[in-house]
Formats: sequence, structure tokens, C-alpha cells
Amino acid sequence: MIDARAIRRDFPIFEQAMNGRPLVYLDSAATAQKPRPVIEAVRRFYEEYNANVHRAIHALGERATESYEEARRKVARFIHAPGPETIVFTKNATEAINLVAYSWARNNLRPGDEIALTPIEHHSNLVPWQLAARAVGARLRFFELAPDGEIRADRIDEVIGEKTRLVAVTQASNTLGTLVPVESIVAAARRRGALVLVDGAQSVPHMPVDVQALDCDFLAFSGHKMGGPTGIGVLYGRREVLESMEPFLGGGDMISSVRLDGAEWNELPYKFEAGTPPIAEAIGLGAAVDYLSALGMDNIRAHEQRLAQYALERLGALPGVTVYGPRERAGLVTFNVDGIHPHDLATVLDQEGIAIRAGHHCAQPVMDWLGVPAAARASFWVYNTEEDVDRLVAGLKTAKEFFGHVVGA
Amino acid sequence: MSLEHSHPVKLNELYRDVIMDHYRRPRNKGDLPDPTVAVDLHNPVCGDEISLKLLVEGGTIRKARFEGRGCSISQSSASMMAQQLEGKSLAEAETMLGRFKEMMRGDEQAGEALGDLVALSGVAKFPVRVKCALLAWEALERSLEQLR
Repeated sequence: MIDARAIRRDFPIFEQAMNGRPLVYLDSAATAQKPRPVIEAVRRFYEEYNANVHRAIHALGERATESYEEARRKVARFIHAPGPETIVFTKNATEAINLVAYSWARNNLRPGDEIALTPIEHHSNLVPWQLAARAVGARLRFFELAPDGEIRADRIDEVIGEKTRLVAVTQASNTLGTLVPVESIVAAARRRGALVLVDGAQSVPHMPVDVQALDCDFLAFSGHKMGGPTGIGVLYGRREVLESMEPFLGGGDMISSVRLDGAEWNELPYKFEAGTPPIAEAIGLGAAVDYLSALGMDNIRAHEQRLAQYALERLGALPGVTVYGPRERAGLVTFNVDGIHPHDLATVLDQEGIAIRAGHHCAQPVMDWLGVPAAARASFWVYNTEEDVDRLVAGLKTAKEFFGHVVGA
Repeated sequence: MSLEHSHPVKLNELYRDVIMDHYRRPRNKGDLPDPTVAVDLHNPVCGDEISLKLLVEGGTIRKARFEGRGCSISQSSASMMAQQLEGKSLAEAETMLGRFKEMMRGDEQAGEALGDLVALSGVAKFPVRVKCALLAWEALERSLEQLR
């Protein structure tokens, strides 16, 4: 069980009032707040053992390297990766996906090859494939959506065919909350010999994810959405695939030897980590992983599921409110209120100390599919309570009253 | 229940009645055949869209029409701007543009010569919404550049 009220006290940001009210933060899908142990881990690194990694012959450097590598081991255990060498630290999920798009896709795809995606990808798991497809003459194909925003599992085999070389899918949609049937997709991809990249930006912070059970080739996610610092992300890759790939960025640390006319690459995962990495950020992410592991990912998923169902119930009961996406969903609710643009809604809620996301959620094709220019989104995490949902509902009533008065809606 | 009591003062500073009136009943909204200049703009951050068309004769804006979709601030700003542009010389339009931008930077005096548009001065207190108010004006700026 998650005691969200107690957990809230672990997050210093909630000590402040927002516009005179306790802060209700419903934008964790954009970025999550940071628990004290993460902030402390970053502070300790800078105050006690700041040094570069993998090169210093001094005690500080040794401790920095050990902590950086310990963070990698923690992340590997967290997603049940077979070993730390399969964990590449990147800047964020976007960079992790781009790494695969450049180092794998551009070197392995031929004209006419196909990449299969869902139509509800975040721009970060769509645009890199558009670029790669254009560069090599490959084609993008998309799975079909059911009217409620689920992926039609019965039509997966129609999209993954002989020409499919890669399937890149989100595990949980950041707009509709759709939980994508990754297991069925991986099974279909395996039958065709295609690789599978899973965008875990909205799943890894919220539910148990086991890369070996999923049997995916790549998993990308961001540290800042799981309580870690910004500037750190992760690419898990199957060892053989990573080994077969060319480096992404060239520079220091990613080489084993360099001559003026060439170089040899370092071993995994360093081949993909050019230059001084985000050391403090990785150590902070390690602390976030510890924090989440102590809470238990099953408990977090159950907590968010309860909140999402409660929010669906409360919002669904409000006249003039349209909620998008399937019933069984990730911990977020995207919606619109008749006659009120989501920006105006977000401004009114902000005045009440409630932070939501309004806009196209970096998923313009999803907005097109819904037939709306923009939408409001409330997303939940470990510190959210049913009271937060009640405050949101009260805020929506205030907005409806306010705009009803001024525009006669 | 009066709004002044039930909502923080700031909200009423933002959503003035004249803004809501233009949002509900936009003026100068629609297509303009054979415009002298047409600019389509879209804010990639929020999805707001505007299409501004001007008919210019002898250095004077005869007609200004906009189409678009977006929040109350972006749409009312476009409506008030288009309404006021008609009959203005290009030099006057340039001056309006400069004053509006200054108003969005918090200069309240700059808004005094802008008629109804002064209602948007409260937006300056909501930095994240300034881009909404400016969308139509960016379309005007590009139009004026093309006319030069």
C-alpha cells in the first residue's frame, strides 16, 4: 500500500504554498518532483566527491567512478537487465531513441524496409524514425487504434510483415493513457525477425518493467520522470545488438585506442558514452531507483490505478467534460471542458494552486485523431491523493462557473 | 455570487469582459479573397493557429481578416487587432505593433493608445500566456515585413 500523504513529506517542493493553497501537482507525466534522497545524493556528490569518472588516479575520482557505476547496476537491477553493460546512460529518453535511430537504423535499414509504430507515440518516438526512414528510404507503418484508443491486438500481424525490421512502441501513452500490448507485439516481431524498441518514458516510473520478460531489444526512459534529475536517461539494449552497432557520438571515454588515422571502440556500454557523462545526475537517478524500489513498483501501479479510476469517475460525472482514452489505463487522465480552451483551464487551475498540463502533449497526431487542437491532462504519481482529484474537480467547477459567467457557456 | 469574491483578483485582471466578448463573438473573423499579404502562424508549443490576411491599398490597410483556433487570449487578441487595423496606414500598424509588444513586457502606458486592446495588459502578469496574446501580432509583424 502507498501512503501518499506520508510520501508527500519526502518531497520538499510540497512544503511551499502555491497561490496561497497547498500545491496540487498533476503534471508528473511531464516531469516528476524529486524526493529528498535524490536531492541529497546529488548534493553529496558535489560537496564530498566531485571528480571525473574513469580516468582519475585519485581517491575522489575512484569514489565518483564507483558511485556512477553503482548507479548503473541499480538501474540494471530495477529493469531486470541481464547486466550493467547493457545499460547506456544518455541525456534522456529522446536521446536514447535517437541513439538507436542513428547507430542501428541508419546502418541496417535498406530502401523499402519498414518500421512499425503505434499512432499514439510521443514525438520523441516518432520524429527520429521519420528522419531515419527518410535517410535510408524506409517506410513507417502504424498499428490500428480502436475507438477508445486501445491498440487493436487482433490487427498487429497486418502491420508487422516481411519487410518490418524494427517495431518502436510506447508501453504507456502519455496522452490517452493507453497500455500498449507490448508482449503480443514482441511475439509478432520475433516471428518476422524484427527488433523491438520500447519507449518506457511513461511506464518505467509507474509500473514494474522487466526487459527480459518483455524480451525487447531496446528500452528507453528518462530519469526526470521517475524522481531523478533532468539530463539523465537510459537506453537498455540487448548485448548482441549493442555490440553489433556503430558508436553514436565520438569523443573521449568511448574509445579503447586512438591513432591519427583511426580508433577502436571501448567495450559496452562505454562505446556509447562519449565525453564526461552526467555523473551527478546518474547518481541521483540511482537514488531515485532505490526510493522507488523501497515503495515497490507493484504498489505504485496499484495506487495510480486507483487514482486514475477515481478521477475517471469524478470527471465523468461532471457535465460538459469529455475524457479521452480507454478505461484500463496508465495513471493519467486527458480531457476537455466544453467551451473552455485547455490553456484557459490551466490558468484558472493554476490560480487555485493546481498544476496540470494543457496543450498537444508532444503528440499532435493523437490530437488530430481526437479531433481537438489541444487537451488538458492530469497525471498522477506516488505523492498524489484522492484529495488532489477532489481539488481538481472543484477547480474545474470554478472554471466552468467563471467562464459560464463571462462567456455564457 | 460575484466573481470578485469567488476568484483571486488576478484572474479577473486577465479575463476582462472585453476579452471574453471578443472570444465569444470574434470580429473580423473569416476568409479574405485576394489578400495583398497572407501569413499563417502556428504555435508549436500549444497548437494555437492563426491565419492573417490583409488587403492593402495605397499604404493603407483596407481589410484585415483572421482565422484560427486557440485560447481566449490568442483569439481575442487577433479579433481586437484585426478590428483596429482596418483604416490604419502601414506606419500606424507598425506603431501599434511596437506598443502592443511593450504592453506585453509590462509597460502599462504603452497600452493607453491601443483602445480595447488595453484589456490585454493583464496578460503581462501571466508570463506563460504572453505568447498566446502575441501570436496574432507575430503574424502582423511578418505581414509588414513582407510588404516592405
